[in-house]
Amino acid sequence: MTAPETSIKNRPQFINVRVLRQDEPGAKSYWELHKIKYEREMNVISVLQRIAAQATTVDGKKVTPVAWDCGCLEEVCGSCTMVINGRVRQSCSALVDRLLADNPDEIVLEPMTKFPVVRDLMVDRARLFRSLKRIQGWVPVDSYYNLGPGERIPREDQERNYPLSQCMSCGCCLDACPQYQKIELTQNEGESDEEFEQRQNAEFDEAFIGAAAISQAMLFNNHPTGKALAAERLEALSGPGGITTCGNAQNCVAVCPKEIPLTRSIARTGRATTLHAIKKWFER
Amino acid sequence: MAASNQPARVVVIGGGLAGLASTMKLAELGATVDLISLTPVKRSHSVCAQGGINSCNDQTRQLGDAEWNHLDDTVYGGDFLNHQPPVKEMAMWAPKVIELMDRLGVPFNRTEEGFIDRRRFGGTLFKRTAFAGATTGQQLLYALDEQVRRCESEGSVRKFEFWDFLGPIQDETGRCRGAVAQNLTTMEIRAFPADAVVVATGGCGLIYGRSTMSVFCTGSAASRCFQAGAKYGNAEFIQVHPTAIPGADKLRLMSESARGEGGRVWVPRKAHDPREPKQIPDSERYYFLEERYPEYGNLVPRDIATREIFDICVNEGLSVESDRMCVYLDLTHIPRHELDRKLGGILEIYEKFQGVDPRDEPMKIFPAVHYSMGGLWADYVKSADGGLEAGAPRNHMTNIEGLYAMGECDYHYHGANRLGANSLLSCIFTGLFTGSSIVNYAASQTSGADDVPESLLASAVQAQQERHDHLLHGNKDSDENPYLIHQELGDLMTRVATVVRKNDQLSEAMGKIDELHERAMRVNLADTGAWTNQNVVFAKALQDMFPVAKALLKGALQRDECRGAHFKPDFIKPPLTSEDPTERRRQAEAWCDAFQANNEKYLKSTIATWNAETNQPDLTYEDVDTSLIPPRPRLYGLVGAEAIEEVWNERAAATAADDDTNRYADSH
Ligand SMILES: Cc1cc2nc3c(=O)[nH]c(=O)nc-3n(C[C@H](O)[C@H](O)[C@H](O)COP(=O)(O)OP(=O)(O)OC[C@H]3O[C@@H](n4cnc5c(N)ncnc54)[C@H](O)[C@@H]3O)c2cc1C
Ligand code: SF4
Ligand code: SF4
Ligand code: FES
Repeated sequence: MTAPETSIKNRPQFINVRVLRQDEPGAKSYWELHKIKYEREMNVISVLQRIAAQATTVDGKKVTPVAWDCGCLEEVCGSCTMVINGRVRQSCSALVDRLLADNPDEIVLEPMTKFPVVRDLMVDRARLFRSLKRIQGWVPVDSYYNLGPGERIPREDQERNYPLSQCMSCGCCLDACPQYQKIELTQNEGESDEEFEQRQNAEFDEAFIGAAAISQAMLFNNHPTGKALAAERLEALSGPGGITTCGNAQNCVAVCPKEIPLTRSIARTGRATTLHAIKKWFER
Repeated sequence: MAASNQPARVVVIGGGLAGLASTMKLAELGATVDLISLTPVKRSHSVCAQGGINSCNDQTRQLGDAEWNHLDDTVYGGDFLNHQPPVKEMAMWAPKVIELMDRLGVPFNRTEEGFIDRRRFGGTLFKRTAFAGATTGQQLLYALDEQVRRCESEGSVRKFEFWDFLGPIQDETGRCRGAVAQNLTTMEIRAFPADAVVVATGGCGLIYGRSTMSVFCTGSAASRCFQAGAKYGNAEFIQVHPTAIPGADKLRLMSESARGEGGRVWVPRKAHDPREPKQIPDSERYYFLEERYPEYGNLVPRDIATREIFDICVNEGLSVESDRMCVYLDLTHIPRHELDRKLGGILEIYEKFQGVDPRDEPMKIFPAVHYSMGGLWADYVKSADGGLEAGAPRNHMTNIEGLYAMGECDYHYHGANRLGANSLLSCIFTGLFTGSSIVNYAASQTSGADDVPESLLASAVQAQQERHDHLLHGNKDSDENPYLIHQELGDLMTRVATVVRKNDQLSEAMGKIDELHERAMRVNLADTGAWTNQNVVFAKALQDMFPVAKALLKGALQRDECRGAHFKPDFIKPPLTSEDPTERRRQAEAWCDAFQANNEKYLKSTIATWNAETNQPDLTYEDVDTSLIPPRPRLYGLVGAEAIEEVWNERAAATAADDDTNRYADSH
């Protein structure tokens, strides 16, 4: 690999950053152009930090700082997902020099497309976490007392599970999936927070669950204690919005920043749900 | 009320390892929990931990290890500033903690036979560290996150994610009756009444601007408790990691294995030499670790590497770059295939974030703030065997009744310096261990969450609303920008209070920080809106960094010694100089006398209380419980170590008999 630092020999003095902003849910979105001083070794996070500090557009208009989400800044927490130059990815690992090498004129930042915008680049990913409840994504241990070690686990199983266990719930795979449609509800007049959440969850639970949760189901079904709930998980994935909704477009695996073998999990789920259905039919 | 026939209602602030372990255990014990976090708990800073988690185990036991040795390594590594009973309890629980995490599904690396694999970490001779690939913290956090999600779907836990804890609610007796928090989306400020409140909000690295920590690690939550009257212990003890990758937004950890595998540290002899590193011939490179420490070379221990790199850049002005401090960590002399085999994973991190291949070009690195040993003071009850009394309500309670602190935001376990892979352990252990303490505390109260007076809740919300409104609209004529003040604060703290500390610099910084604090109180915000206003949330966190930063500076100024991570060159204990045996013996005696005298004075926790009138911390000193393992000097690399050790061992043997009689007599 050639280092991008040397590949853009003429470092620009300034960077143009075009941001798709939205003041609140349901509001109209609008573009805003910012110009910031180029520094070496910047990523999109530091670009947004500079924008927040100067809070002025390219034509000198005072604006509010752009809202966005971030946490670890080392691509392990899943917070900072957005669409950068047309591609969904983590912004902390989006290096400015690389982006400029592709498009020297500007960097374009947009919020994720499949989740409701909260403000600017912040989106509401509650549905993603809801899907982990839908597949009962946990090991159903008896208690949190010390009851001795867990079962021995062959190295191959660890090596199979570990990559799946790195899913950081960023949602890149969902944003890129043609079968995953945005769900955006608004709280009704007089509806309590709890009632609204319930209505929203009901809606989420009917819709396509997405690659990340499918892969998590396989993770837990491959754990000696986790598999106690295997049938329930397969049941959840057999229903509406389950595995059959997946059109196998494989966009998900192409964008996953953790390179999780999602299509393998999907294929395994497909086989397992079929077996599960046959088994159920015989048990009738 | 929280009488024993009713489930305890607990508010847990923070969902890192400590907060999640606490939540999970409390739910199991029948409590209902409101879990409040700045971020979805799955995204907490604990995900960043790479290395592993320690416990004595079946393999190490057969080589002579025991929980007692883990305790010993921890307090020796902490330069004896750790209260020993909590450390002992933690070491005893460590094997159990790992077994539980194993049952919860953490994909620990396995041996061929399917046992949990272990590696060796700094500060011990034993292979105690269990690990899950290079993402141990992430894997541990996920296992707890999953269990808490399970509790949530069973109804015992409610999560409030994207909420900022603003402060404890205290009644007229000072007892904590709940918490006030703000919804980061709607900006609603709300009171959460509770029988008890747990603060598990992690470290405070952002006081230094950039560190190896996540953006959530502002220390604001601990500071809000501190300002409400909670004591803060050992603020001056901040661990610095020698090799981090300086980024514009964050300083990312570069594993020490890069030096272990043959990495060479150097700078151009000519300051800010503009040539590409490969163009600089060997004779014009300064391999300063190799020159200054011919014996150890690049493998000098962490703290020495840190100090030397700092010295080269700050005092010698030999930083590779003129506008930023860094030195080269060079691996380019090692064949590519060898690097890929041994260091593949970590070199990819560098490549990913720097966009430069460290196999072709030397890495640029600099030390970075990494961990806060200090934090909220927390009590404990010592048991007859020198550990902690299980279920005692005071375990991990701050001096504010009903307010508990645990995880990186408390001041326990790590003393003056943290051992690698001990923090994940302390977080999970504390969360699990204190469950019964908190439930027992709630049960012993005659009033609880349900009968907190409405007026108390309302006035607590009101006070926070006023602060919020004032920030939005109170400083119309000021041009102070919170982001720029944060940069200044970070620069100042990094300059005077990281690796090398000098009293003149510290005193000067204390004046500067007063001025910055005042300016921070007058910030004028670019965003005065009432929807997802990150500007105002940051401004609050920034203002609340100052009390902790002030406690840190003052603690450092008043501590005229070197202990653990706190290094003052003006107070180094000198090596022995004489070759003559009698004179050398005399010098060793004198050295030990001086060491003892120094311990009399400084082997004490620094305890800060916030004085709202002066806007300054007041400091007092607390004795450290060293009843299990008597303090001994750390002599690594010191000339004359053998002679000193001999004298010391003789003295220790003489006092051991006395110690035995009153070892377990006093309770904390
Ligand atoms: C790069 C790196 C590597 C490390 N590697 C290791 C290792 O290998 N082994 C080891 O033992 N230790 C390691 N550590 C240290 C260890 O990761 C941390 O000490 C530990 O994870 C802290 O956990 P915690 O539960 O105390 O807090 P955190 O995980 O920091 O969680 C804090 C929680 O509090 C919440 N919070 C904070 N402020 C507020 C507020 N105002 N309102 C509401 N919520 C709030 C946050 O949202 C979060 O949920 C490492 C640290 C770093 C930086
Ligand atoms: S393979 Fe399935 S989940 Fe993945 S992008 Fe395609 S439709 Fe979506
Ligand atoms: S599977 Fe990959 S892309 Fe999808 S949420 Fe997990 S880490 Fe993100
Ligand atoms: S900030 Fe954590 S993934 Fe980017």
